[in-house]
Amino acid sequence: MISLDDPKKLRPLRDQAHQVAMNMLRPISRKYDRAEHEYPQELDLLAAMIDGLSESGAGSGAGASGVRRDDDEGDRRDGSVRNGTNLASVLGIAEMCWGDVGLLLSLPRQGLGNSAIASVATPEQQERFGDLWASMAITEPDAGSDSASIRTTAVLDGDAYVLNGEKIFVTSGERSDAVVVWATLDREKGRAAIKSFVVPKGTPGMSIERLEHKLGIRASDTATIRFENCRVPAENLLGSPEIDTSQGFAGAMATFDNTRPLVAAMAVGCAQAALDLTRDLLTRAGVEIDYDRPAVTQSAAAAKFLQLEADWEAARLLMLQAAWMADNGRANVVEASMAKAKAGRMASDVTLSCVELCGSVGYSEGELLEKWARDSKILDIFEGTQQIQQLIVARRVLGLTSAELK
Amino acid sequence: MLQLKNLRPGGRHGIASGESRDPIGYAVAAMNKLAQSDLLDRVGLRRQAEQTVFTVTRGGFRTATTAGRVFARAGTRGTTGRRAATAPSRGVFDLTPTEDEQMLVDVVAELAAEVLRPAAADADVACAAPETVLRAANELGLPVLGVPEALGGVSEERAVMAGALVAEALAKGDLGLAVASLAPGAVATAIATWGTDAQQQTYLPAFTGNDVPAAALALTEPRPLYDALAPQATATRDGDHLVLDGVKSMVPRGADAELFVVGARLDGANVLVIIESGAAGLSVEADPAMGVRAASLTTLTLEGVRVPAGNVLGAADGTTYAECVRLSRIAWCALSVGVGQAVLDHVTPYVREREAFGEPVAHRQSVAFMVANIAIELQAMRLLTWKAASRAAAGKDVARDVALARRLCADKGMQIGLDGVQLLGGHGFVKEHPVERWYRDLRAISIMEGGVLV
Repeated sequence: MISLDDPKKLRPLRDQAHQVAMNMLRPISRKYDRAEHEYPQELDLLAAMIDGLSESGAGSGAGASGVRRDDDEGDRRDGSVRNGTNLASVLGIAEMCWGDVGLLLSLPRQGLGNSAIASVATPEQQERFGDLWASMAITEPDAGSDSASIRTTAVLDGDAYVLNGEKIFVTSGERSDAVVVWATLDREKGRAAIKSFVVPKGTPGMSIERLEHKLGIRASDTATIRFENCRVPAENLLGSPEIDTSQGFAGAMATFDNTRPLVAAMAVGCAQAALDLTRDLLTRAGVEIDYDRPAVTQSAAAAKFLQLEADWEAARLLMLQAAWMADNGRANVVEASMAKAKAGRMASDVTLSCVELCGSVGYSEGELLEKWARDSKILDIFEGTQQIQQLIVARRVLGLTSAELK
Repeated sequence: MLQLKNLRPGGRHGIASGESRDPIGYAVAAMNKLAQSDLLDRVGLRRQAEQTVFTVTRGGFRTATTAGRVFARAGTRGTTGRRAATAPSRGVFDLTPTEDEQMLVDVVAELAAEVLRPAAADADVACAAPETVLRAANELGLPVLGVPEALGGVSEERAVMAGALVAEALAKGDLGLAVASLAPGAVATAIATWGTDAQQQTYLPAFTGNDVPAAALALTEPRPLYDALAPQATATRDGDHLVLDGVKSMVPRGADAELFVVGARLDGANVLVIIESGAAGLSVEADPAMGVRAASLTTLTLEGVRVPAGNVLGAADGTTYAECVRLSRIAWCALSVGVGQAVLDHVTPYVREREAFGEPVAHRQSVAFMVANIAIELQAMRLLTWKAASRAAAGKDVARDVALARRLCADKGMQIGLDGVQLLGGHGFVKEHPVERWYRDLRAISIMEGGVLV
């Protein structure tokens, strides 16, 4: 039966995440925007609290920036519809990012690397790495969207792989417990030879080169990491070490099917922060937003706001759709990309428009609107840019290969 | 003098009131009048085809509404009618239609593909829906989709979601024909949803029977910046009667309609009033528009139309009227989703097959990304519409949901219409392909009030 309201059983979690965001993240939001590279120590306490909530079963998904594998498949009795961890994750993340995107990304628990682990790890690896805070290292100075062309190599030497190469834009790369690194076993063999490796913090041969200074999400550190003859135990290669050309890139790319709805959730949360405050500021400025009257009969500000809110709702429902499909075991490659494409561009439009609507109040550091307009931009870039999402959707809709539609 | 008066600027022929005509301008205009006279026709200079266009398509030809049938009075006046139960809400996020809804959608989709689409181009030109289409829609039970079982209809619960799914599926065939098919159902649904026992017993049997009357829900008025919540049509009390005055535009199949539900202002609040087509003072004029032409759009003029005061449908405090406006907007959103899907389904094979510079144009990102964006925004339109419909079915407040769905469907729907033509280039601009019709149809979404209802 069609229903698109937030699931009843997940509303307490959503509301709890909202309270955490409001009372823990917002008060330190500007502080760590200014103090870039300083570790937000308040997050340790928050992480401990979230652990407590998870233990009690009340907080599954709240604050997690990665998906965790569903263990309760058997829960899906009589073919009924499930509202599970994927929906919980997007709802929780959206609320936390309503608080602060940068701080969510810095939460010392579930990084994007954890999504990679959840997506491709064997059960034994899942057990071994499940509790680590893992960041994700894919991008290189000469390979961004084209992640198949990475140059970092992994060569088997006895019981270890030896990694050599340079990774950039590693979110929480300095702070996390481990980094999931993409490297190629054999550049001649193309995509199928790309594997991911879990490299624990402090492994000899891995060094942090520098931390980036950024436009937004400044609370989150972004590292450049160099691997020089870095030896990683062979059992840290996630999934199968076989180079299966028939499977191609699918294994590694499966990570993105899981992380894209999460980034969409970040965009939805960040944009909601801007909409909520802007609506309040507009109301206080005497602008009424009427849902029944046509936009053309209302003030330009009200009409603009209606358009922004409609786009926001659109992104949010696409996000929920992608998560719902994952919860119910349906392939959601296209829907995940649709959600990220829409949410990414929506977040930029909404946050930038809200700054404009609020004038100098929006532009000033006195409010957080200008910060959200800086934070949102990355959400249309990382985990696959707007253009990459459009490519994925277009190829699927048009039935074209990557050789036909480049 | 009459001639000169007709030539005055100000709204006619798209001339803004700031324009003025000089003597040469008058001479040219007079020559134009001559060019339009019957003389040319008598000497056979004009194409015969123009003469054969159905009379109702000629603007400016106002006539009395059809005499219509006699609706035998029945039921108890003032007693609340039967109401469909609201759909139970399980609180689970779900995008799966119920089995009944899916069965209905499958049948309607077949009708849309096999009956509506093939008839669409001709109906657009004729400004009329062929009898075959209307009969098929009636046989399928579309007019009573929103009527509960207890009143002779099909649904056990408020069938808002089913209504939205049906509208979407029908419009994929053709928007104009979908509106023509759904127009009687809008009136039946309104009476089933808000009617008194007397109103339901008097009017619904005609819709649940074999000879379903044309009927129209008339809420739009011909005015720039028209706000459906501020209609200028008025209902004035006169003893135990109401006297109605005003003009309603974009009324589907108004010339054939035997029953109207009209929006008007009464005692400072907006109300819906049931008016039978035989009422004195009611006249109808063809008003063909840019699109939705197969729905035989008309302008309905009310001049001192007297109806019993008991003809007010639902609450007289404006709440029923507002609810009706919102539910009608959901239907228009659903229709836009259907048309958008038609565009996507048409351009996809086209750009794959059409070659330029030695390969299919679909291999170019500038083309492929337009298609991707159509797919993305269309799905968003669908989800917003479904959310509004499912919440309405559950009896929840939908003002916000409807506003957001309508905004998105109007904006993105029009973009889809534009891109649909653009992707076909010159071929999109000619009637060889249906994309130009969809372009015209999709402009209607943010303009239409009433006509259809879920």
